[in-house]
Amino acid sequence: MTRQSRVGLCAVGLAGLAALLAWGIAGLEPFGHYPGPYGTILNAVEPQERHAANVVAAVVFDYRGVDTLGEELILFCAVMGLAFLLRENREENTRSVRDRASSDAVRAVGIVAVPVVVLLALDLIAHGYITPGGGFQGGVAASAGLLLVYLAGDWRAMRRAGPLRLVDVAEAGGAAGFVVVGFATLIAGGAFLENLLPLGTFGKLTSGGTIPVANWCVGLEVSAAFVLIFLEFLEEIMAERARDR
Amino acid sequence: MSYAPYAVAVWLLLAGLFGIVTSKNLIHLALCVTVAQSGTYVLLLAIGYREHGTAPIFSDVPRSRRAVDPVVQALTLTDIVVGVTVAALLLALAVKAHERTGTLDPAELRELRG
Amino acid sequence: MIGVQIAALALVAAFGLAVVLVQDLVRVAMLYGIYGLTLVVLLVVFQAPDVALSELVVSMVAFPVIVVTALATIRRRERRGQ
Repeated sequence: MTRQSRVGLCAVGLAGLAALLAWGIAGLEPFGHYPGPYGTILNAVEPQERHAANVVAAVVFDYRGVDTLGEELILFCAVMGLAFLLRENREENTRSVRDRASSDAVRAVGIVAVPVVVLLALDLIAHGYITPGGGFQGGVAASAGLLLVYLAGDWRAMRRAGPLRLVDVAEAGGAAGFVVVGFATLIAGGAFLENLLPLGTFGKLTSGGTIPVANWCVGLEVSAAFVLIFLEFLEEIMAERARDR
Repeated sequence: MSYAPYAVAVWLLLAGLFGIVTSKNLIHLALCVTVAQSGTYVLLLAIGYREHGTAPIFSDVPRSRRAVDPVVQALTLTDIVVGVTVAALLLALAVKAHERTGTLDPAELRELRG
Repeated sequence: MIGVQIAALALVAAFGLAVVLVQDLVRVAMLYGIYGLTLVVLLVVFQAPDVALSELVVSMVAFPVIVVTALATIRRRERRGQ
């Protein structure tokens, strides 16, 4: 099938899909008139029930905790697949590759920026259920802080700061931690992932019950997963450079 | 005008699909998959929006204040992070395909090779 | 609907189309970063700060790094193969 006929067939298919979707969205409420009771009930009820100021974090880690468990496992499997793909047939030893940031100014800024970024990311994770933030956002930010070690410094420094074995274990530990929280509440007599810890005061760090525990598990897993992704891709390019020399 | 966000969501989905079919490059294809996914984020958030509603975070506003729907936001925020991981998997596939066959064009990667 | 929301929606639609149509890989990697930024503005205006934070770190930090690194690997391999 030539490219022209493929594009033509695609245009016909997309036109049909567009018509179907237009008919579908014509049946929705107009923008701004949210009808459903679920969101309204949660906004009204959640501050008493869970004492967490960020309702979205309470929904992610408590009310719809099983959905988050599923998403976390998707992330885990995708990173596992990526590691299988990229680690196969990698015979070059990239420990000898020199890749330094050549400017002194960049290195100086990096020395200041790395702890600031990592601390900010940990703050984002820690206050995730009080202010906007949480395990997912702070986890990616923490991995960016570690990436800054390579970008503003040295490839060897990044390999030493985040050894691959430790990152593998951290990622698996984060994923397992969430499941352990669920099983622990099951053993303690409630339902899977039910909130059984003491709820604390509204708006302080000690609120939410099992929400902080799940939050930190997800933060650990997401940050380790993204550090692993960065390390795998960077190893590929460093292996090419080692092969060139 | 009140259906504009839904129209933009459908537009992004269709543009992403068109990009997937007509792309000449596996890396560009992974980016088009991400664009199609972001159409669904816009659709979800447009459904949950309430007029004159504020963000559903009650640490500084009184609890009686009208807020937008938190459930769609919860679905979307986990989806974004997981979506980029799956796109990274697609890029790893592209890098490996280039290593084996030397080309990134999807039209040339047709036969299964042992 | 307020004017900021309409402007953000228009920007998102325009940049989404741009990402799909541009075929040069280095340019499309940078365009994707800008598209992510317009999406962040849209999410903030839709009163979703959590989602905006998520999209910000992902589309401006994590994804461009991955795309550019994959691109560098492929270019280097092609240059060696010649």
